[in-house]
This record gives sequence, C-alpha cells and structure tokens, in this order.
Amino acid sequence: MAADALDLARWQFGITTVYHFIFVPLTIGLATLVAIMQTLWVRGGNKRWLRLTKFFGKLLLINFAIGVATGIVQEFQFGMNWSEYSRFVGDVFGAPLAMEALVAFFVESTFLGLWIFGWDKLPKRLHLATIWLVAAASTVSAYFILTANSWMQHPVGATFNPQTGRAEMVDLAKVLTNPTVLAAFPHTIGAAFLTAGTFVAAVCAWWMVRLVRAGDAAKARDVYRPGLQLGLVVMVIAALVVVVTGDVQGKLMFQQQPMKMASAEAIVDSGDHVPMTLLAIGNLSNDPASVHRYLEIPGLTSFLATGSFDAHLTGITDLQQQYEQKYGAGINYIPNLAVTFWSFRLMIGFALFAGLMALLALWLTRRGRISGNLWLSRAATWALPTIFLASSAGWVFTEMGRQPWVVAPNPNPEGVDMVWQLTARGVSAQVGPATVVISLVCFTLLYGVLAVAWYRLMHRYTIGGVEDDPVDPSPDNPDNRTDEVDKPLSFAY
Amino acid sequence: MSHETLQTIWFLLIAVLWTGYLVLEGFDFGVGMLLPFLPRDDKERRLAINTIGPLWDGNEVWLLTAGGATFAAFPEWYATLFSGAYLALLVILLALIVRVVSFEWRGKITTPRWQKAWYWGLVVGSWVPAVLWGVAFGNLVAGMKIEPVTTTVSNVAGETTRTTLQYTGNFFDLLTNGHGFALLTGVLTAVVFLAHGAIFMSLKTSGDFRDRAATAASRISVVALVVGAVWAIWLQLAYSGKMWTWAPLVVAALALASSAWFTRVRSEGRAFASSAVAIVAAVVLIFGSLYPNVMPSNVDPAYSLTIHNASSSAYTLTMMTWVAVIFTPIVLAYQAWTYWVFRKRISVKHIPEQPPVTFTLENANPSR
Repeated sequence: MAADALDLARWQFGITTVYHFIFVPLTIGLATLVAIMQTLWVRGGNKRWLRLTKFFGKLLLINFAIGVATGIVQEFQFGMNWSEYSRFVGDVFGAPLAMEALVAFFVESTFLGLWIFGWDKLPKRLHLATIWLVAAASTVSAYFILTANSWMQHPVGATFNPQTGRAEMVDLAKVLTNPTVLAAFPHTIGAAFLTAGTFVAAVCAWWMVRLVRAGDAAKARDVYRPGLQLGLVVMVIAALVVVVTGDVQGKLMFQQQPMKMASAEAIVDSGDHVPMTLLAIGNLSNDPASVHRYLEIPGLTSFLATGSFDAHLTGITDLQQQYEQKYGAGINYIPNLAVTFWSFRLMIGFALFAGLMALLALWLTRRGRISGNLWLSRAATWALPTIFLASSAGWVFTEMGRQPWVVAPNPNPEGVDMVWQLTARGVSAQVGPATVVISLVCFTLLYGVLAVAWYRLMHRYTIGGVEDDPVDPSPDNPDNRTDEVDKPLSFAY
Repeated sequence: MSHETLQTIWFLLIAVLWTGYLVLEGFDFGVGMLLPFLPRDDKERRLAINTIGPLWDGNEVWLLTAGGATFAAFPEWYATLFSGAYLALLVILLALIVRVVSFEWRGKITTPRWQKAWYWGLVVGSWVPAVLWGVAFGNLVAGMKIEPVTTTVSNVAGETTRTTLQYTGNFFDLLTNGHGFALLTGVLTAVVFLAHGAIFMSLKTSGDFRDRAATAASRISVVALVVGAVWAIWLQLAYSGKMWTWAPLVVAALALASSAWFTRVRSEGRAFASSAVAIVAAVVLIFGSLYPNVMPSNVDPAYSLTIHNASSSAYTLTMMTWVAVIFTPIVLAYQAWTYWVFRKRISVKHIPEQPPVTFTLENANPSR
C-alpha cells in the first residue's frame, strides 16, 4: 500500500514539475528578450521594436499566467505528498523557497502588473525598468529554486541532528554557494535563453519566409528579420553557455553523483579509457548485465568526465557494492538505466536540433538577406517544440538519475554525514493511495485542458503577427498629453 | 536571540504574512465572487475585473510567502498541515490555478463560449478559496485530530525512527470540526471578503456602478458584522482561554461596525480602511488564541504542535530573520507604490473596446 502511494506521489511530482517547467524557461528567457526589445524601442525610437515588444509581450503574458499558476502547486506539494521529506529537510530546504518568494517572486508579480497596466501611467523609462525588474526577478527566482534542488543532489552546509532526527542547516552561505547550484544555475538560465531565443527566432523566421513568399518583403525585412537576428544572437550565446556549463556539470556530477553519470553513460563495469556510447540497449528489468553497447567513441567518456582520455571510471556494478557497504544492503541503488541514458541523449539531441536551425537561419540571412526558403520555416516549426522537450528531458534525467534518493548522499570524505534520504522514506505517512489518485487525476485532467488552451492561444497570437501600427501610449508621448478624463486605459483585461 | 524568542518572532511573522494575504487577496477574492451579482453587462464585468487587474498577482504572492515561511521556520507545522488537509488544499490549489489563468486568458479571445468559461473560472476560483481558507483557519483554532506517528527517517545502518505529530483524521472531519465552528469560519471569510471586495469596487470605480457597489457593500457589511460577532465570541469563549484576545475581538467588532457605517454614509476610503482593520484584528484573534500552539490537538493537549516542537533550528531562524527584516519593508514599499500608481477611479468609459479575436484568422493571413 505504501509503495503504491509512493509511486503515485512520484508520478504526480514528475507530471506537475515537468509540466511547470515547460513554461518556466520560456518565461525567464522571453522576459529578458522582451525587455531588450523594449529597450531598443525606448532608446532608438524605431517602431519595429515596439511592434515586436507588443507581439512577444502578449505571448509572454499568455505563458506567464500558466507558469505562475502551476508554480503554486510546486510549493505546496512538498507538504502534501512529501511531508516526511519536508520534516527531514525543512530546516535547510525551506529557506531558499521562502527566500525565493520574499526576494524574487514578489518583485516579479508586482512589477509584471505594473508593466501590463502601466504603459499609459508610467514615464517611458520607468515603464521599461518594470520589465527589466520582472526579467531579473524571474532569473533570481530560478537561482533560489535551483539552490533548493541542488541541495537534494548534493547536500552541503547541513548536519544530521540525532536529537531531532533531521537535517539542520549550519551554514547558509555554503547552501547558497553549493558548487552544484553554481553549475546548475548558469546551465538552466542558458537553457532558458536558448529556449526563448529559439522561440523568437523560430517565430520570426516562420513569418519572414511566409511574408517573402506572399510578396511582402518590405515587412519581412523591416520587422521580422531584426527579430530573427536578435533571437539568433541570443541562441548562439546561450548555446555556448549551455555547452560549457553542461561540461562543468558533467564533471561535477561524476564526483558528486557517480551512479547518475554511470547510468547516463551506461558504464556497467569499472575501467580505464572509458568510451562514449552512442547507443546502448538493455532489457527493461533494469539489469546492468543486460546492457549491450554499440557505436563507441574510445576514451571520450573518460575525457568528458575528468579531462583525461585514460581516466578510471567506476561502473554501476562496483558502485552498487560501494553503496551497499555504506548505506545498507538490500536496496537497489541503480536509477532507471533506460530513462537516464536516453533522457540525457534526448536533452543534447533536441538542443542540437535548435542549433541546426540557427545555422540554417544564419546562413540564409547572411549580410542583410531575407529568405523565403521553405526549409527554414520547416526547421523553425520543428525546433520550436523540440527545444521545450530538451529542458523536459534534462529534468527527467537529473531527477530520475538521483533515484532511489530524494536527498542524495554527499560522497566527499569531508561532506556531510547522515544527511541523506531515500525517496521511499520521504513520502507522506498519513496520505493513502486513494487520496493521491484523486489528486493525480485532478491535476492531470486540469493540466491537460490548460495545455490545450495555452497551445491554442500561443498559436493564435503567433499567427496573428505583429500589429501594423501600434500606438505609443506613454505619458511622455506629446500626442497623449490631453486633458481627456475618460480616455480609455491602454490595456484592460 | 534565544531560540524561544526567534520562534515567537516567526510565529508573528507568519501571522503578518497571512494578514497581508487576507487583507489584500481578500478584496480581490471579493471582486471575483461578486462578478455574477453586481455587473449588469460585459463592460461592467470588465470594469470590475480591471479594478484589481494590476494588483491581484502581487497580492497572491503573500500566500506563497506564507507557505514558504512556514516551511522554512516551522517544518513540522508545514508538513502536518499540508499532508493533513490534503484534499482541502488540493481543491484550493485547483481553484487558484484556474483563477490565475482566467485573469490573463479570458480577454484574449472574444467568442462568448471562451469568455464565459474563463469568467466562471474567475468566479469559482474566487469563491472556493475564500470559503476554504476560512474552514482551514477554523480547524486550526478548533484543534485537529493530531497524534504521534512513528516513521523511519533513514534506512542506513542502524535505523533511525522519529515520532512526529500528525493529523490522523479525514477530509470530512475538517468540515464538521468544532460542531460547525470550522464551517462558520468559512462563511465568515466569504462574507467578509464579499464586503471587502464590494467596498473596494465602490472605492475604485465611478458612475452608476460605484453606486451599486456601495449599496451592496453597505448591505453585506451588516451581514459581516453579525456573522463576525457570533464567530468572534464563539472563538473567544470556546477556544481562546486568554483574556487579552478580547481586545482584538472588540477591535474587530468595532471595525466591522464602522465599516458598515461608513459604507452607509458613502465614505468609501474609511470603509475600506475599517474592513482592512477588521481582517487584521481577526487574524490577531486567531493567532492570539493559538499561541503558543500552531496546531492544537483535540485528542490530547500534549500532542499539540507548538512553536517549540515544530520549529526550525535557531540558526535557520536567525538567518531567515535577517532576510525577512531586510526584504519585508522593501516589498511593502513597492507594493504600496503600485497601489499609488493605480489609485485613480475607473468607469466603464475607461474600458477600451475589444476588437473581435477568434481562433480562426480572416484577414491577417497574407499568404492566403
């Protein structure tokens, strides 16, 4: 019975979290991109940037709403489904969550309201500052949430108190500067900007091709090409950040969570000069002995893990023995091999696909060109959904790869002792499977309906295109200095 | 500072966060709840929604901060409350999710079916939490079925078990708790939020709609006064056991009475301030009667969760105190500024016409 509630609670956490994180990276990245567009409008005065600000601003708001709505669940379900976990880690884990709300989320929500409704109320530069605050706060928000998550991957700054039977914080600075979060934060933000950059570039590329083919090259050149270029620049920079920080994270994870990386690379037996496996097949019983490896690049995994092609890496079988000695026999410490192996590759593959689209777009629009090449709009149409899946796959990898732990043990000799918890021990003791089934079904159904509505709105407002001649409602605009009392609001729900 | 002082500070801080949430989100719940009753046409519905348009999102963060602060400062309280009131919280979460997207999505498409769906999302999404937060607080005050439960912390060599205080009752117990006291608290929050919302709308609108909002506010305020008086005296006599909580009780009653009075004489600003004070006093009454418990047990007082047995370590509380002391005033400052920016009354004349937007594009498709 307990096992059932555990599996259901895990499914619920997986579904609600992956779903939430479809919207989050776009929100984080697009808020900054819209802020850049609005800055270009305010500073240069070219209306193309106002058109793009309003166009992508609408898409941002559609997306923002569902990200916020699904984020509420995240904070509460630790207490609902994972109350034993919450009791065990609350002294440490609650702090970054509370800080996120107080330091970042308040700014984000308050200034978003000011941005949406403040076009005709605030001076131009002050109004611009509100969207920058929203963008900055959503990024800071990510930092705190990743701090909390990184502590589950690699607990630091805490100690086990035998009197209270729980993990307790001893050093907040260590929690906030956990090497895990210092790598995960730029990686996640890089991914968010890659997502938003791809989104902007893909939408603009699709529109450019469409307009060129419809004979409206002037609009394609005036509005969508600049938007595309901005998206591409962001993509290139973000891709570099993602690759570099991904490499750092990989090396770090080989030390901090060797089992996760061993299963991601299907390293069954320990050895030197470990090759990179492009294809591994095993049976679904999660038996490491059944894994067959194909298409290997010699020494590459050793190199990526340590910087040396000849380095020794410990395999799953030996790690299992080490874990049994240290943490107790009778437990399978191997995460789901198929899921970790493939989600890791899908994450990289989907991101690479966006990179291909970027290269194609860069080539076709080189030196001031515009393009009506249908392959570009096809690539854009594919890159758009797949870049979201790259983030989903990344989270599935890092969370499934942490299993069977909810708080993975810190393996460093100087690391904290006894601050670890098996996922099975974290689930609520007093919540039965029937209750979790009800909530799982409710969330899944509601999220399904919302996904359809979100997709239809995003689609509708994307194919609606930019406004032809948007007004500048700013009080700084001389046209608006009227004494008209009943002038309609610049924006209303 | 001693651990006990810190525990009391955090008890007060969480009371402050809930106060912020109930005072602020209270009126935007009220606006949503009144949508089927006050506006006469679509323009007026939009007028009502837009009185809280720029504000509701910032208001809601008070809840998330209260949740996060409870997790950080009183993990046992957070864990027992949220796992105990699981299904009630699920319903609240579903309602809040629908409410958030309804605000942002309703106006994006203008077909009647679409707008109607999200309009009801706003209405139901406002009613459900308005009632259920009250029921939740009623349960806290009345005491819940809390008993020791032994669990295994870790299965490492030498198993560690701990005994924690957990809710062992069921969902329906939450509704019947206190022989109706919990439900009455739900009625109270609903009525108070209705009055608070109606007053807010009369304060923020002009023209015919303002008059109707004021009339509704003065009627609902009287109901709020009656329900509030019964509830507060019940709480004081049955659950408080402290003499000093008569003080917030009297303040709450006076504030509700003066709010009813000011709505009658159409002094909307004073009426709003009064209903805000009433909510503050009610929160003081609730938390005052609880202290030092956070979740009293109705099985045995020895099983009650208190600020002492539910709290984080002194170190965590010290660190979090610094964060709260620095950032709470900043939050208050910029939220106050937001209210200042959007201080002007609006009328139906300020609501811009909505050009029709459907899912099918007629003219906007250049390649066709």
